[in-house]
Amino acid sequence: MPDITQAAPVWAALVPLGLLALASAGAVVAGVSATRMRGGAVLAGVISPFTETSRLLRQRRRVPVAADRVLWHVAIGGIPVVAVLMVVVVPIGPVVLADSPVGIVWFNAMDVLLWALWWLAGWGPNSAHPLIAGHRFLGLALAYELPLMFALTAPAVAAGSLRVADVAAAQHGLWFAVWMPVAFAVYLLSTLAFSSWGPFAVAAHADLAGGVLAETSGVDRWLMLAGRHLVLAAGALMAVPLFLGGGAGPLLGPVVWTVLKALAVLMFLELAAGRLPLIRPERFAELGWVVLLPVTVLQVLVAAVVALGGA
Amino acid sequence: MLEAIVFWISAVVAVAAGVTVFRTDSMARATYALAASFVAVGLMLLTFALDYLGVIVILMMVMEMAIMALFMIMLMGMNPALMPMSMVHGKRSAAVIAGLVFVGLAAAALLVPWPGAVEAPVADTTRSLGEAVMGSKMLVMLTVSPVLFATIVGALVLGHPRNRYQRYGADLAADHPDDPIDGGVGR
Repeated sequence: MPDITQAAPVWAALVPLGLLALASAGAVVAGVSATRMRGGAVLAGVISPFTETSRLLRQRRRVPVAADRVLWHVAIGGIPVVAVLMVVVVPIGPVVLADSPVGIVWFNAMDVLLWALWWLAGWGPNSAHPLIAGHRFLGLALAYELPLMFALTAPAVAAGSLRVADVAAAQHGLWFAVWMPVAFAVYLLSTLAFSSWGPFAVAAHADLAGGVLAETSGVDRWLMLAGRHLVLAAGALMAVPLFLGGGAGPLLGPVVWTVLKALAVLMFLELAAGRLPLIRPERFAELGWVVLLPVTVLQVLVAAVVALGGA
Repeated sequence: MLEAIVFWISAVVAVAAGVTVFRTDSMARATYALAASFVAVGLMLLTFALDYLGVIVILMMVMEMAIMALFMIMLMGMNPALMPMSMVHGKRSAAVIAGLVFVGLAAAALLVPWPGAVEAPVADTTRSLGEAVMGSKMLVMLTVSPVLFATIVGALVLGHPRNRYQRYGADLAADHPDDPIDGGVGR
Protein backbone atom coordinates (compact mmCIF):
# COMPACT_ATOMS: atom_id res chain seq x y z
CA MET A 1 0.00 0.00 0.00
CA PRO A 2 1.49 3.36 -1.01
CA ASP A 3 1.99 6.16 1.50
CA ILE A 4 -1.16 8.18 1.33
CA THR A 5 -2.78 10.16 4.09
CA GLN A 6 -6.44 10.85 4.42
CA ALA A 7 -7.03 14.59 4.75
CA ALA A 8 -8.94 15.92 7.75
CA PRO A 9 -12.66 16.41 7.00
CA VAL A 10 -12.33 20.22 7.21
CA TRP A 11 -10.40 20.14 3.92
CA ALA A 12 -13.64 19.08 2.25
CA ALA A 13 -14.55 22.76 2.22
CA LEU A 14 -11.62 23.42 -0.12
CA VAL A 15 -12.50 20.72 -2.67
CA PRO A 16 -15.29 22.67 -4.40
CA LEU A 17 -13.10 25.79 -4.55
CA GLY A 18 -10.14 23.88 -5.97
CA LEU A 19 -12.31 22.18 -8.55
CA LEU A 20 -13.91 25.53 -9.42
CA ALA A 21 -10.43 27.01 -10.00
CA LEU A 22 -9.52 24.10 -12.31
CA ALA A 23 -12.85 24.37 -14.14
CA SER A 24 -12.36 28.15 -14.53
CA ALA A 25 -9.05 27.49 -16.26
CA GLY A 26 -10.89 25.09 -18.57
CA ALA A 27 -13.63 27.66 -19.23
CA VAL A 28 -10.98 30.28 -20.10
CA VAL A 29 -9.39 27.87 -22.59
CA ALA A 30 -12.82 27.16 -24.09
CA GLY A 31 -13.60 30.89 -24.19
CA VAL A 32 -10.34 31.79 -25.96
CA SER A 33 -10.78 28.89 -28.37
CA ALA A 34 -14.32 29.92 -29.27
CA THR A 35 -13.46 33.63 -29.58
CA ARG A 36 -10.41 32.94 -31.76
CA MET A 37 -12.48 30.80 -34.12
CA ARG A 38 -14.89 33.70 -34.53
CA GLY A 39 -11.90 35.99 -35.21
CA GLY A 40 -12.15 37.84 -31.89
CA ALA A 41 -9.38 39.05 -29.58
CA VAL A 42 -7.69 36.70 -27.11
CA LEU A 43 -8.44 38.97 -24.15
CA ALA A 44 -12.15 38.94 -24.96
CA GLY A 45 -12.00 35.14 -24.82
CA VAL A 46 -10.13 35.14 -21.51
CA ILE A 47 -12.70 37.32 -19.78
CA SER A 48 -15.73 35.77 -21.52
CA PRO A 49 -16.50 33.16 -18.79
CA PHE A 50 -16.37 35.89 -16.14
CA THR A 51 -18.49 38.43 -18.01
CA GLU A 52 -21.02 35.66 -18.68
CA THR A 53 -20.98 34.73 -14.98
CA SER A 54 -21.60 38.31 -13.91
CA ARG A 55 -24.36 38.68 -16.50
CA LEU A 56 -26.14 35.48 -15.45
CA LEU A 57 -25.84 36.11 -11.71
CA ARG A 58 -27.57 39.47 -12.19
CA GLN A 59 -30.26 38.04 -14.48
CA ARG A 60 -33.72 37.37 -13.16
CA ARG A 61 -34.79 33.71 -13.00
CA ARG A 62 -37.55 32.63 -15.35
CA VAL A 63 -39.60 29.45 -14.78
CA PRO A 64 -41.86 27.97 -17.48
CA VAL A 65 -45.53 27.23 -16.82
CA ALA A 66 -46.21 23.97 -14.92
CA ALA A 67 -42.51 23.15 -14.59
CA ASP A 68 -41.63 20.29 -12.23
CA ARG A 69 -39.57 22.60 -10.03
CA VAL A 70 -38.43 19.93 -7.56
CA LEU A 71 -36.95 17.59 -10.17
CA TRP A 72 -35.62 20.50 -12.25
CA HIS A 73 -33.73 22.04 -9.37
CA VAL A 74 -32.43 18.65 -8.24
CA ALA A 75 -30.90 18.35 -11.72
CA ILE A 76 -29.55 21.90 -11.88
CA GLY A 77 -27.98 21.79 -8.43
CA GLY A 78 -26.99 18.14 -8.73
CA ILE A 79 -24.52 18.43 -11.61
CA PRO A 80 -21.94 20.57 -9.71
CA VAL A 81 -22.46 18.38 -6.61
CA VAL A 82 -21.72 15.23 -8.63
CA ALA A 83 -18.55 16.85 -9.99
CA VAL A 84 -17.33 17.49 -6.43
CA LEU A 85 -18.29 13.97 -5.30
CA MET A 86 -16.28 12.56 -8.22
CA VAL A 87 -13.02 14.16 -7.08
CA VAL A 88 -13.18 13.33 -3.36
CA VAL A 89 -11.55 9.95 -4.13
CA VAL A 90 -8.76 11.45 -6.29
CA PRO A 91 -5.42 11.73 -4.49
CA ILE A 92 -3.79 15.15 -4.90
CA GLY A 93 -0.15 14.22 -4.41
CA PRO A 94 0.12 12.45 -1.04
CA VAL A 95 -3.32 13.37 0.33
CA VAL A 96 -6.83 12.26 -0.49
CA LEU A 97 -10.09 13.33 1.07
CA ALA A 98 -11.84 9.94 0.97
CA ASP A 99 -9.43 7.01 0.76
CA SER A 100 -12.08 4.56 -0.47
CA PRO A 101 -11.04 0.98 -1.24
CA VAL A 102 -13.46 1.10 -4.19
CA GLY A 103 -12.68 4.64 -5.43
CA ILE A 104 -12.92 3.71 -9.10
CA VAL A 105 -16.40 2.20 -8.67
CA TRP A 106 -17.41 5.32 -6.73
CA PHE A 107 -16.30 7.53 -9.64
CA ASN A 108 -18.27 5.29 -12.00
CA ALA A 109 -21.38 5.51 -9.81
CA MET A 110 -21.13 9.30 -9.76
CA ASP A 111 -20.89 9.50 -13.56
CA VAL A 112 -24.00 7.30 -13.73
CA LEU A 113 -25.82 9.84 -11.53
CA LEU A 114 -25.35 12.21 -14.47
CA TRP A 115 -27.69 9.98 -16.52
CA ALA A 116 -30.46 10.84 -14.09
CA LEU A 117 -29.49 14.51 -13.79
CA TRP A 118 -29.29 15.29 -17.52
CA TRP A 119 -32.62 13.59 -18.11
CA LEU A 120 -34.25 15.40 -15.17
CA ALA A 121 -32.83 18.68 -16.48
CA GLY A 122 -34.75 17.91 -19.66
CA TRP A 123 -37.93 16.76 -17.91
CA GLY A 124 -38.12 19.55 -15.34
CA PRO A 125 -38.94 22.65 -17.39
CA ASN A 126 -42.04 21.11 -19.07
CA SER A 127 -40.81 22.12 -22.51
CA ALA A 128 -40.34 20.14 -25.73
CA HIS A 129 -36.73 20.90 -26.66
CA PRO A 130 -35.23 20.15 -23.24
CA LEU A 131 -37.32 16.95 -22.99
CA ILE A 132 -36.01 15.67 -26.34
CA ALA A 133 -32.46 16.63 -25.34
CA GLY A 134 -32.75 14.68 -22.08
CA HIS A 135 -33.94 11.59 -23.95
CA ARG A 136 -31.13 12.05 -26.47
CA PHE A 137 -28.58 12.09 -23.66
CA LEU A 138 -29.79 8.69 -22.43
CA GLY A 139 -29.45 7.34 -25.98
CA LEU A 140 -25.84 8.48 -26.00
CA ALA A 141 -25.28 7.19 -22.47
CA LEU A 142 -26.28 3.66 -23.48
CA ALA A 143 -23.54 3.79 -26.11
CA TYR A 144 -20.66 5.23 -24.06
CA GLU A 145 -21.24 3.82 -20.57
CA LEU A 146 -20.20 0.18 -21.12
CA PRO A 147 -16.98 1.08 -22.98
CA LEU A 148 -16.28 3.57 -20.17
CA MET A 149 -16.79 0.87 -17.55
CA PHE A 150 -14.25 -1.39 -19.27
CA ALA A 151 -11.88 1.57 -19.75
CA LEU A 152 -12.06 2.11 -15.95
CA THR A 153 -11.64 -1.62 -15.33
CA ALA A 154 -8.39 -1.88 -17.32
CA PRO A 155 -6.22 0.25 -14.95
CA ALA A 156 -7.87 -1.41 -11.93
CA VAL A 157 -7.05 -4.87 -13.29
CA ALA A 158 -3.47 -3.87 -14.10
CA ALA A 159 -2.99 -2.47 -10.59
CA GLY A 160 -4.93 -5.27 -8.89
CA SER A 161 -6.92 -2.73 -6.87
CA LEU A 162 -9.98 -0.51 -7.08
CA ARG A 163 -8.30 2.05 -4.79
CA VAL A 164 -7.29 5.11 -6.82
CA ALA A 165 -4.02 5.64 -4.92
CA ASP A 166 -2.98 2.01 -5.61
CA VAL A 167 -3.65 2.51 -9.33
CA ALA A 168 -1.50 5.67 -9.36
CA ALA A 169 1.29 3.89 -7.48
CA ALA A 170 1.21 0.87 -9.81
CA GLN A 171 2.48 3.02 -12.72
CA HIS A 172 6.05 3.59 -11.58
CA GLY A 173 8.14 3.81 -14.74
CA LEU A 174 5.47 3.35 -17.38
CA TRP A 175 2.16 5.24 -17.44
CA PHE A 176 -1.00 3.28 -18.17
CA ALA A 177 -1.77 5.85 -20.89
CA VAL A 178 1.29 4.57 -22.78
CA TRP A 179 0.52 0.85 -22.77
CA MET A 180 -3.29 1.14 -22.53
CA PRO A 181 -3.95 3.78 -25.19
CA VAL A 182 -7.39 2.34 -26.05
CA ALA A 183 -8.66 2.58 -22.47
CA PHE A 184 -7.22 6.11 -22.16
CA ALA A 185 -8.83 7.28 -25.41
CA VAL A 186 -12.21 5.79 -24.49
CA TYR A 187 -11.96 7.36 -21.03
CA LEU A 188 -11.31 10.83 -22.52
CA LEU A 189 -14.12 10.42 -25.02
CA SER A 190 -16.53 9.31 -22.29
CA THR A 191 -15.51 12.28 -20.14
CA LEU A 192 -16.65 14.57 -22.95
CA ALA A 193 -19.82 12.48 -23.26
CA PHE A 194 -20.92 12.54 -19.60
CA SER A 195 -20.14 16.26 -19.48
CA SER A 196 -22.32 16.63 -22.62
CA TRP A 197 -19.58 18.69 -24.24
CA GLY A 198 -18.05 19.12 -27.70
CA PRO A 199 -18.89 16.29 -30.13
CA PHE A 200 -21.14 14.68 -27.48
CA ALA A 201 -23.04 17.83 -26.44
CA VAL A 202 -26.31 16.14 -27.38
CA ALA A 203 -28.10 17.31 -24.23
CA ALA A 204 -27.24 20.98 -24.68
CA HIS A 205 -26.48 21.80 -28.30
CA ALA A 206 -27.56 24.66 -30.52
CA ASP A 207 -29.13 22.16 -32.98
CA LEU A 208 -31.94 21.70 -30.45
CA ALA A 209 -32.30 25.33 -29.34
CA GLY A 210 -29.81 24.67 -26.54
CA GLY A 211 -31.47 21.44 -25.37
CA VAL A 212 -31.70 21.31 -21.58
CA LEU A 213 -30.33 24.87 -21.46
CA ALA A 214 -33.22 26.22 -23.53
CA GLU A 215 -35.46 27.25 -20.62
CA THR A 216 -32.74 28.07 -18.08
CA SER A 217 -31.86 31.58 -17.05
CA GLY A 218 -30.01 33.46 -14.34
CA VAL A 219 -28.33 31.40 -11.67
CA ASP A 220 -29.93 28.19 -12.97
CA ARG A 221 -28.20 28.62 -16.33
CA TRP A 222 -24.92 29.51 -14.64
CA LEU A 223 -25.08 26.35 -12.52
CA MET A 224 -25.65 24.19 -15.61
CA LEU A 225 -22.89 25.85 -17.68
CA ALA A 226 -20.45 25.83 -14.77
CA GLY A 227 -21.53 22.30 -13.82
CA ARG A 228 -20.52 21.11 -17.26
CA HIS A 229 -17.02 22.60 -16.90
CA LEU A 230 -16.81 21.21 -13.34
CA VAL A 231 -17.68 17.66 -14.45
CA LEU A 232 -15.18 17.92 -17.32
CA ALA A 233 -12.50 19.16 -14.87
CA ALA A 234 -13.33 16.28 -12.49
CA GLY A 235 -12.89 13.80 -15.36
CA ALA A 236 -9.55 15.41 -16.31
CA LEU A 237 -8.36 15.24 -12.69
CA MET A 238 -9.33 11.56 -12.39
CA ALA A 239 -7.36 10.78 -15.59
CA VAL A 240 -4.14 11.72 -13.75
CA PRO A 241 -4.07 8.84 -11.19
CA LEU A 242 -5.78 6.42 -13.59
CA PHE A 243 -3.60 6.81 -16.66
CA LEU A 244 -0.88 9.46 -16.17
CA GLY A 245 1.09 8.12 -13.20
CA GLY A 246 -0.56 10.27 -10.52
CA GLY A 247 1.80 12.80 -8.95
CA ALA A 248 4.98 11.17 -10.30
CA GLY A 249 7.40 13.55 -12.00
CA PRO A 250 10.81 15.19 -11.58
CA LEU A 251 11.65 18.22 -9.40
CA LEU A 252 8.26 19.83 -8.86
CA GLY A 253 6.69 17.47 -6.33
CA PRO A 254 3.52 15.37 -6.54
CA VAL A 255 0.92 18.09 -5.86
CA VAL A 256 2.22 20.38 -8.61
CA TRP A 257 2.53 17.49 -11.07
CA THR A 258 -1.03 16.31 -10.38
CA VAL A 259 -2.39 19.79 -11.05
CA LEU A 260 -0.21 20.31 -14.14
CA LYS A 261 -1.23 16.99 -15.67
CA ALA A 262 -4.90 17.67 -14.93
CA LEU A 263 -4.60 21.10 -16.56
CA ALA A 264 -2.99 19.55 -19.64
CA VAL A 265 -5.76 16.93 -19.99
CA LEU A 266 -8.45 19.56 -19.42
CA MET A 267 -6.91 21.91 -22.00
CA PHE A 268 -6.76 19.08 -24.53
CA LEU A 269 -10.42 18.19 -23.89
CA GLU A 270 -11.63 21.80 -24.13
CA LEU A 271 -9.66 22.49 -27.34
CA ALA A 272 -10.75 19.20 -28.94
CA ALA A 273 -14.36 19.85 -27.94
CA GLY A 274 -14.41 23.20 -29.69
CA ARG A 275 -13.10 21.75 -32.96
CA LEU A 276 -15.15 18.58 -33.41
CA PRO A 277 -18.63 18.37 -34.94
CA LEU A 278 -21.61 16.98 -33.04
CA ILE A 279 -22.05 13.19 -33.31
CA ARG A 280 -25.65 12.06 -33.54
CA PRO A 281 -26.32 9.58 -30.70
CA GLU A 282 -28.09 7.10 -33.00
CA ARG A 283 -24.95 6.89 -35.14
CA PHE A 284 -22.61 6.75 -32.14
CA ALA A 285 -24.67 3.86 -30.70
CA GLU A 286 -23.38 1.42 -33.32
CA LEU A 287 -19.83 2.76 -32.98
CA GLY A 288 -20.00 2.26 -29.22
CA TRP A 289 -21.38 -1.27 -29.31
CA VAL A 290 -19.67 -2.67 -32.42
CA VAL A 291 -16.25 -1.00 -32.17
CA LEU A 292 -15.53 0.54 -28.76
CA LEU A 293 -16.99 -2.22 -26.57
CA PRO A 294 -14.96 -5.08 -28.17
CA VAL A 295 -11.70 -3.09 -28.22
CA THR A 296 -12.07 -2.06 -24.57
CA VAL A 297 -12.77 -5.70 -23.60
CA LEU A 298 -9.58 -6.66 -25.46
CA GLN A 299 -7.78 -3.87 -23.59
CA VAL A 300 -8.88 -5.39 -20.27
CA LEU A 301 -7.68 -8.79 -21.51
CA VAL A 302 -4.25 -7.31 -22.32
CA ALA A 303 -4.14 -5.65 -18.89
CA ALA A 304 -5.10 -8.93 -17.19
CA VAL A 305 -2.44 -10.93 -19.08
CA VAL A 306 0.24 -8.35 -18.27
CA ALA A 307 -0.84 -8.21 -14.60
CA LEU A 308 -0.75 -12.02 -14.30
CA GLY A 309 2.62 -12.19 -16.07
CA GLY A 310 4.07 -9.60 -13.72
CA ALA A 311 2.69 -11.23 -10.58
CA MET B 1 -21.61 6.77 16.30
CA LEU B 2 -21.39 8.51 12.93
CA GLU B 3 -22.24 5.22 11.20
CA ALA B 4 -25.32 4.83 13.38
CA ILE B 5 -26.52 8.35 12.56
CA VAL B 6 -25.98 7.84 8.81
CA PHE B 7 -27.69 4.44 9.01
CA TRP B 8 -30.84 5.74 10.70
CA ILE B 9 -31.12 8.82 8.50
CA SER B 10 -30.70 6.62 5.40
CA ALA B 11 -33.25 4.14 6.73
CA VAL B 12 -35.85 6.86 7.28
CA VAL B 13 -35.11 8.38 3.83
CA ALA B 14 -35.39 4.94 2.19
CA VAL B 15 -38.83 4.29 3.70
CA ALA B 16 -40.09 7.85 3.15
CA ALA B 17 -38.97 7.83 -0.50
CA GLY B 18 -40.57 4.41 -0.90
CA VAL B 19 -43.89 5.78 0.38
CA THR B 20 -43.53 8.79 -1.94
CA VAL B 21 -43.43 6.44 -4.94
CA PHE B 22 -47.13 5.69 -4.41
CA ARG B 23 -48.25 9.07 -3.03
CA THR B 24 -47.00 11.23 -5.90
CA ASP B 25 -48.98 11.85 -9.10
CA SER B 26 -46.15 12.00 -11.63
CA MET B 27 -44.37 9.14 -13.38
CA ALA B 28 -41.02 10.96 -13.24
CA ARG B 29 -41.33 11.75 -9.54
CA ALA B 30 -42.38 8.18 -8.70
CA THR B 31 -39.42 6.76 -10.62
CA TYR B 32 -36.87 9.05 -9.06
CA ALA B 33 -38.37 8.66 -5.58
CA LEU B 34 -37.66 4.94 -6.04
CA ALA B 35 -34.13 5.80 -7.18
CA ALA B 36 -33.65 7.95 -4.04
CA SER B 37 -34.89 5.05 -1.91
CA PHE B 38 -32.32 2.73 -3.49
CA VAL B 39 -29.53 5.31 -3.05
CA ALA B 40 -30.42 5.45 0.67
CA VAL B 41 -30.21 1.63 0.82
CA GLY B 42 -26.79 1.84 -0.86
CA LEU B 43 -25.66 4.32 1.82
CA MET B 44 -26.92 1.92 4.50
CA LEU B 45 -24.75 -0.84 3.00
CA LEU B 46 -21.79 1.58 3.09
CA THR B 47 -22.31 2.01 6.86
CA PHE B 48 -21.90 -1.80 7.18
CA ALA B 49 -18.42 -1.36 5.57
CA LEU B 50 -19.72 -3.19 2.47
CA ASP B 51 -18.04 -0.62 0.21
CA TYR B 52 -18.33 -2.39 -3.10
CA LEU B 53 -21.92 -3.59 -2.64
CA GLY B 54 -23.08 -0.17 -1.43
CA VAL B 55 -21.54 1.74 -4.33
CA ILE B 56 -22.67 -0.81 -6.90
CA VAL B 57 -26.27 -0.63 -5.61
CA ILE B 58 -26.23 3.15 -6.15
CA LEU B 59 -24.66 2.74 -9.61
CA MET B 60 -26.99 0.02 -10.89
CA MET B 61 -30.20 1.39 -9.42
CA VAL B 62 -29.75 4.96 -10.70
CA MET B 63 -28.92 3.61 -14.15
CA GLU B 64 -31.93 1.29 -14.03
CA MET B 65 -34.32 4.02 -12.90
CA ALA B 66 -33.07 6.43 -15.59
CA ILE B 67 -34.00 3.84 -18.23
CA MET B 68 -37.16 2.74 -16.42
CA ALA B 69 -38.49 6.31 -16.47
CA LEU B 70 -38.36 6.18 -20.28
CA PHE B 71 -40.28 2.88 -20.38
CA MET B 72 -42.86 4.10 -17.85
CA ILE B 73 -43.57 7.16 -19.96
CA MET B 74 -43.38 5.28 -23.26
CA LEU B 75 -45.64 2.36 -22.33
CA MET B 76 -48.35 4.29 -20.47
CA GLY B 77 -49.87 4.81 -23.90
CA MET B 78 -53.50 5.92 -23.68
CA ASN B 79 -53.17 7.21 -20.13
CA PRO B 80 -50.74 10.01 -20.81
CA ALA B 81 -47.78 9.69 -18.47
CA LEU B 82 -46.98 13.33 -19.06
CA MET B 83 -50.12 14.30 -17.11
CA PRO B 84 -50.76 13.89 -13.36
CA MET B 85 -52.00 10.37 -12.64
CA SER B 86 -52.48 7.99 -9.72
CA MET B 87 -49.65 5.57 -8.98
CA VAL B 88 -51.87 2.90 -7.40
CA HIS B 89 -54.18 0.43 -9.14
CA GLY B 90 -56.20 -2.50 -7.76
CA LYS B 91 -55.91 -1.05 -4.28
CA ARG B 92 -57.69 -3.78 -2.31
CA SER B 93 -55.83 -6.81 -3.73
CA ALA B 94 -52.55 -4.88 -3.61
CA ALA B 95 -53.08 -4.03 0.06
CA VAL B 96 -53.86 -7.68 0.89
CA ILE B 97 -50.82 -9.00 -0.98
CA ALA B 98 -48.53 -6.35 0.51
CA GLY B 99 -49.81 -7.08 4.02
CA LEU B 100 -49.32 -10.85 3.63
CA VAL B 101 -45.82 -10.43 2.21
CA PHE B 102 -44.89 -8.04 5.01
CA VAL B 103 -46.17 -10.41 7.70
CA GLY B 104 -44.40 -13.33 6.04
CA LEU B 105 -41.05 -11.54 5.74
CA ALA B 106 -41.26 -10.08 9.24
CA ALA B 107 -42.13 -13.50 10.67
CA ALA B 108 -39.21 -15.04 8.79
CA ALA B 109 -36.85 -12.35 10.06
CA LEU B 110 -37.93 -12.96 13.67
CA LEU B 111 -38.45 -16.75 13.68
CA VAL B 112 -35.66 -18.12 11.48
CA PRO B 113 -32.73 -19.27 13.67
CA TRP B 114 -30.07 -17.10 12.01
CA PRO B 115 -26.50 -18.40 12.36
CA GLY B 116 -24.43 -16.33 14.76
CA ALA B 117 -21.22 -14.62 13.71
CA VAL B 118 -18.80 -17.53 13.78
CA GLU B 119 -15.72 -15.64 12.69
CA ALA B 120 -14.54 -12.05 12.51
CA PRO B 121 -15.53 -10.20 9.31
CA VAL B 122 -12.90 -10.41 6.59
CA ALA B 123 -10.70 -7.37 6.03
CA ASP B 124 -11.36 -7.11 2.29
CA THR B 125 -15.08 -7.63 1.70
CA THR B 126 -14.77 -6.85 -2.03
CA ARG B 127 -12.28 -9.70 -2.51
CA SER B 128 -14.36 -12.20 -0.52
CA LEU B 129 -17.45 -11.21 -2.55
CA GLY B 130 -15.53 -11.81 -5.77
CA GLU B 131 -14.28 -15.17 -4.52
CA ALA B 132 -17.82 -16.22 -3.56
CA VAL B 133 -19.21 -15.20 -6.96
CA MET B 134 -16.40 -16.86 -8.89
CA GLY B 135 -16.18 -19.89 -6.57
CA SER B 136 -18.89 -21.40 -4.40
CA LYS B 137 -21.71 -19.39 -6.03
CA MET B 138 -20.47 -19.91 -9.60
CA LEU B 139 -23.25 -22.38 -10.45
CA VAL B 140 -25.95 -19.88 -9.45
CA MET B 141 -24.30 -17.13 -11.51
CA LEU B 142 -23.92 -19.44 -14.51
CA THR B 143 -27.60 -20.39 -14.35
CA VAL B 144 -29.06 -16.97 -13.68
CA SER B 145 -26.93 -14.99 -16.17
CA PRO B 146 -27.93 -16.89 -19.36
CA VAL B 147 -31.60 -16.77 -18.35
CA LEU B 148 -31.46 -13.00 -17.80
CA PHE B 149 -29.50 -12.49 -21.00
CA ALA B 150 -31.91 -14.66 -23.00
CA THR B 151 -34.79 -12.60 -21.58
CA ILE B 152 -33.17 -9.35 -22.72
CA VAL B 153 -32.47 -10.68 -26.22
CA GLY B 154 -35.92 -12.24 -26.47
CA ALA B 155 -37.65 -9.02 -25.40
CA LEU B 156 -35.61 -7.04 -27.94
CA VAL B 157 -36.43 -9.47 -30.75
CA LEU B 158 -40.14 -9.39 -29.90
CA GLY B 159 -40.21 -5.64 -29.35
CA HIS B 160 -38.18 -4.47 -32.32
CA PRO B 161 -40.33 -3.40 -35.26
CA ARG B 162 -37.77 -4.38 -37.93
CA ASN B 163 -36.20 -7.80 -38.31
CA ARG B 164 -33.27 -9.01 -40.40
CA TYR B 165 -35.47 -9.71 -43.44
CA GLN B 166 -36.52 -6.08 -43.53
CA ARG B 167 -32.89 -5.03 -43.17
CA TYR B 168 -31.21 -7.44 -45.58
CA GLY B 169 -34.04 -8.44 -47.96
CA ALA B 170 -36.13 -11.64 -48.25
CA ASP B 171 -33.10 -13.82 -49.05
CA LEU B 172 -30.75 -11.92 -46.67
CA ALA B 173 -28.53 -11.17 -49.68
CA ALA B 174 -28.22 -7.37 -49.49
CA ASP B 175 -24.69 -5.99 -49.04
CA HIS B 176 -25.86 -3.10 -46.87
CA PRO B 177 -28.80 -3.16 -44.47
CA ASP B 178 -31.72 -0.95 -45.42
CA ASP B 179 -31.95 1.08 -42.22
CA PRO B 180 -33.91 4.32 -41.73
CA ILE B 181 -30.87 5.75 -39.95
CA ASP B 182 -27.33 4.74 -40.87
CA GLY B 183 -25.61 3.07 -37.93
CA GLY B 184 -22.35 5.01 -38.05
CA VAL B 185 -19.91 2.20 -38.72
CA GLY B 186 -20.81 1.90 -42.40
CA ARG B 187 -21.72 -1.79 -42.44
